[in-house]
Amino acid sequence: MTNKQMTSSETEQTDDQQPNPTPGTDSLADRGTDIGVETSSRDDPATVPDRTIIESRDLDVYYGDDQALNGISMEIPEQQVTALIGPSGCGKSTFLRSINRMNDLIDIARVDGELFFREKDVYDDDVDPVALRRRIGMVFQSPNPFPKSIYDNVAYGLRVQGQDDNLDEKVHTALERAALLDEVEDQLDSSGLDLSGGQQQRLCIARAIAPDPEVILMDEPASALDPVATSKIEDLIEDLAEEYTVIIVTHNMQQAARISDKTAVFLTGGNLVEFDDTTKIFENPESDRVEDYITGKFG
Amino acid sequence: MSQPDFSHDGIRTARGTAFRYLFMLCALLSILTTVAIVATLLIDAIDFFATVSPIEFLTGTRWSPTNDPVAFGVLPLISGTLIITLGSALVALPIGLLTAIYLSEYASERRRAYLKPALEVLAGVPTVVYGYFALVYVTPALDTILPLSTFNALSASIMVGIMIIPMVSSISEDAMSAVPDSLRQASYGLGATKFTVSTSVVVPAALSGIISSFILALSRAIGETMIVAIAAGQTPRMVDLTDPAGMFLDSIQPMTSAMVQIGTGDIVGQGAAYKSLFAVGLTLFVITFVMNLVSELVASRYREVYR
Repeated sequence: MTNKQMTSSETEQTDDQQPNPTPGTDSLADRGTDIGVETSSRDDPATVPDRTIIESRDLDVYYGDDQALNGISMEIPEQQVTALIGPSGCGKSTFLRSINRMNDLIDIARVDGELFFREKDVYDDDVDPVALRRRIGMVFQSPNPFPKSIYDNVAYGLRVQGQDDNLDEKVHTALERAALLDEVEDQLDSSGLDLSGGQQQRLCIARAIAPDPEVILMDEPASALDPVATSKIEDLIEDLAEEYTVIIVTHNMQQAARISDKTAVFLTGGNLVEFDDTTKIFENPESDRVEDYITGKFG
Repeated sequence: MSQPDFSHDGIRTARGTAFRYLFMLCALLSILTTVAIVATLLIDAIDFFATVSPIEFLTGTRWSPTNDPVAFGVLPLISGTLIITLGSALVALPIGLLTAIYLSEYASERRRAYLKPALEVLAGVPTVVYGYFALVYVTPALDTILPLSTFNALSASIMVGIMIIPMVSSISEDAMSAVPDSLRQASYGLGATKFTVSTSVVVPAALSGIISSFILALSRAIGETMIVAIAAGQTPRMVDLTDPAGMFLDSIQPMTSAMVQIGTGDIVGQGAAYKSLFAVGLTLFVITFVMNLVSELVASRYREVYR
């Protein structure tokens, strides 16, 4: 299942991005030995010392009187793909959105507990969510390019964040990393809305990574796409995890199994039931309810 | 086994036909009325143009339909209308647009729930009230700081501007609310501030609706009669666009109030003075009609298509 995804996307890597936080760990080398592992397509977690980038402690989120998240505590490792899975309404998207404080945009949302980004509680009074979101990119459920040109879409975050030197170069780099450059190189001035759904979503990914965030949050990024487009997005996510921390919400358990290193299973009532290496979750989960969910007995 | 009976029921069919024509008649009624009004305007205007040449009418710079020497140059009236439109636009477009941005992007759900209807009440105030408000309160108040005539373009255009604010804000706000939330989320997700989201995403995406609201509001200002008839005076004069003080501080006469003056004055018979009413009316109609067309065109041409 995973091998076909591995071959094309995982061979090349550019090391010009982001200092490697764990000296001595060469993710390329690890990756080479890993092909063929049934569930996790990336590093064997046992050999990579995880460094936590996001940590939540007893995080509760309420929408009015409804509790959407109930005491979530988890540590999300840097430069890996962490999948959040679970049935509809289990709170996985809410958790994702509480990381970059997108829940602030909802009047009735309220957050208790702590959520650390590199050991800084992002819900501290002195945190400006605008500054926070500049270090955490986000890709949404259905493609949402701005009604602007492809170029202006990618340049948007750069301009907003004042990184508008060498704009052309940065736009090209972002499109290239999002595996879209070849398809749109000649039509950068045409509207982003003229692209196909899969291309639009890759444009949105290019837009999210252009300002070079540290974390990319993805909220079911392939749910509105056909299987071919989905497979391209999955390849892309695996590539992105070489430089970024990717946290992805998905409905699709096979997808989580294919692309993630860690998997968190949320079940009803906003509870995190199990969080472990993806291999463990899919092969030998601790909880019977997780096993039932994974094997499709409910959800 | 016999076949089921699906044949026509005479009464049901007849009733269907009757309703169909009834509804069509209602739809036609407003169209017919419009056609009839335009036809009367045209017939009397053509009558007028038999005595006064259209060229004289459209290029003349003096308007004096009753006092000798009579002159039927419509330009002073058009310039009067222009001043009122310009002045009211300066008041209404910025305030209306900023109000719309506030309502759509900044106001909480609860605040919008009572602010928007409250604003729309403004649109329900009878224009005669605005007119007397301009004459009795605004002019005396402004007179303390500016050398104003009793009747002047300034107070009238401020009041017309206030009158059309709800039109601008309401239609613009509708257009902004129709911008998909996913675009805002995308922008916030990239670390944009509320101000950036509003100005770089919401306003451009709602631009066609905003421009339509501007044009519709301005054509409302052009057609506004009561406020200008009461507060702007009855001095048909060519306005010097390079002289803002002279433009606004003194009395003027836009097309609409000239029509009121003719219509309510003691003009005897069906002479050129009386018929000029229809010529001015036709001019006014053409102007607002073209503006509404432009508004439609803008709305359809620049409308962003979202999936």
